[in-house]
Amino acid sequence: MRFVMKRDYNEDIRLFRYRSTFFWYLALVAGCLMAPLVLDEYLLSQLTFVCMYSVATVGLMLLTGYTGQISMGHAAFFAIGAYTSAILTNHGVPFLMALVAAGFLAGLVGIVIGLPALRLSGLYLAIATMAFSFIVEEILARWESVTRGNMGMMVEPPSIGPLVFESETRYYYLSLVILILTIVAARNLLRSPTGRAMVAIRDSEVASQAMGISLAKFKTMAFAISAFFTGVGGSLYAHKLTFINPESFTILLSIELLAMVIVGGLGSIHGAVFGTAFIIFLPQIIIMTKDYMPKYLAEQTGLEPFIYGVMIMLFILFEPLGIYGRWRKTKFYFEMFPLYKKDTFRREKKYFKAERH
Amino acid sequence: MLVEILQTVLSGISIGCIYGLVALGFVLIFKATEVINFAQGEMMVIGAFIAYSLITMLNLDYWLALLITILALGLFGMLLERFVLRSLIGEPVFAIVMLTIGLGYAIRSGVSMVPGWGTDTYGFHTPFTDKNLHYGDLVISWEQVSVILMTLVLIIVLFCFFRYTRMGIAMRATSQNQLAAVYMGISVNRVFSLTWTISAALGGIAGILLAPFTFVHMNMGFIGLKAFPAAVLGGFGSIPGAMVGGVIIGVTESLSGVYLPEGWKDIAAYIILILVLMLRPEGLFGIQEKKKV
Repeated sequence: MRFVMKRDYNEDIRLFRYRSTFFWYLALVAGCLMAPLVLDEYLLSQLTFVCMYSVATVGLMLLTGYTGQISMGHAAFFAIGAYTSAILTNHGVPFLMALVAAGFLAGLVGIVIGLPALRLSGLYLAIATMAFSFIVEEILARWESVTRGNMGMMVEPPSIGPLVFESETRYYYLSLVILILTIVAARNLLRSPTGRAMVAIRDSEVASQAMGISLAKFKTMAFAISAFFTGVGGSLYAHKLTFINPESFTILLSIELLAMVIVGGLGSIHGAVFGTAFIIFLPQIIIMTKDYMPKYLAEQTGLEPFIYGVMIMLFILFEPLGIYGRWRKTKFYFEMFPLYKKDTFRREKKYFKAERH
Repeated sequence: MLVEILQTVLSGISIGCIYGLVALGFVLIFKATEVINFAQGEMMVIGAFIAYSLITMLNLDYWLALLITILALGLFGMLLERFVLRSLIGEPVFAIVMLTIGLGYAIRSGVSMVPGWGTDTYGFHTPFTDKNLHYGDLVISWEQVSVILMTLVLIIVLFCFFRYTRMGIAMRATSQNQLAAVYMGISVNRVFSLTWTISAALGGIAGILLAPFTFVHMNMGFIGLKAFPAAVLGGFGSIPGAMVGGVIIGVTESLSGVYLPEGWKDIAAYIILILVLMLRPEGLFGIQEKKKV
């Protein structure tokens, strides 16, 4: 067990808690940079998917995990990002500008959605964002002059100056760099007054209001920032797949994003990445275990979504802190070795009426 | 012209009744336990598939099949509450939302894995199939009338249950104040269990009623999502509100399907939902309760 001595405020909000942590992250980044040397094309492309979905889930984590607002409409922001970027680059706008524009447009829509959402909380917010996502999906399918409707549209591979990101390796590096930038930005946001205001809102709206935090301002901001990152993720997605149509951005995608965040562990950036990696690699794991299953079961197309649904249920029931929570518990167990107490991580249950108002 | 409008409205009312029944399932659970069952639409799927198997494979009578389906779904809801949801009482809302979403996923794909059900689309014969009522130019199909009549009967039964039986009154008491209900000797666990039973059974009935319109398919549960606007429009905690909301949504939808450009039909319900949430979040029949710290 290590103890950290903090002597002033700046030490309290340091990016890395221990000095060694910094080197571990450096090693992780180095490892990620080396990955293309070791992995084959297919695994690398899966890793690229992890990177770009993670950009979106880090965004969702800021909203759901840190500000405590459920959104079942993040597929809409993802779609807005994807379509903005696709349309702009098809009109000759440079990729980097399109990427940023995709984020900003999604963020702008996030503000528009965030404003009415201020009056809602919990379940109502989930339903409202879901409705919004349905409406966006329908607009994408019907606004044929711009989005080409259900036919979908082709997207060119991105390029920065003379550098074209065609190959799997190059695209992997691009997504990795953007993911690292996103995570650093999110970490920095969270240790700023804005981030701590967001966490305060999650923990208690009334208490944070009493401390002088403007709910309206910070909730809208959380929506906008979250939508920004998700839009950037959507843009990466569009350029990776080089083909998008409205069917890729249904309510199922929103649920998938939410599942990634929850499986990973709410309230941690690590969790967003872990959860994304888990959900992306889940189909692979299922395919690998298919040889050991009864033949009838292995042939079912519904097997994957079934396991997926059951996974979500099991995590909620037995490990609500997610993968990151499990990791922390394991670490804590070894740090405290003979003195580990289960109750350290016990959840507080609330039995009074909280959501109704 | 008038006939066309009448016919559209009527078909809207009948589909609205189904939305209303699903919304009623949401509302009952919400009132009692303050969570939303996002798998309510999937209860419809199970109900419709069970009825299909009973009617088509076992050649049972429609009414007998209906009864068995209601019992089966009720049992399913009860088991679900007992073994899955009870351990989550007191957890944050999103946990239960996510759990029921996962459950919906699992049921939808689980249904496709059952031998004989699969991913195909089925239909079954009801006593009302292919029978029409004629009033001059107006042609009304018995299927639509049957939906409306059955919904009315259900509402009357539910009304009497909540009004006159001990358990019904206990359920209303619990939804008003759990702690006070416990002090009065009401077993809140039994109330919760019964709530899930009733709401799952309602989902099953909605599934059977919906089957003649959309056929039996593993994805028919997505219709359940249309019941959210209905429930919100009626004010989430109100039982008559859910039915009225359902009918309004159904009629709006079928009118916009006929008189508005293509595409409006699918999102009309959600536009109403967002408008209601912006203008009158407590819904038509809801009472705004002040939040206590």
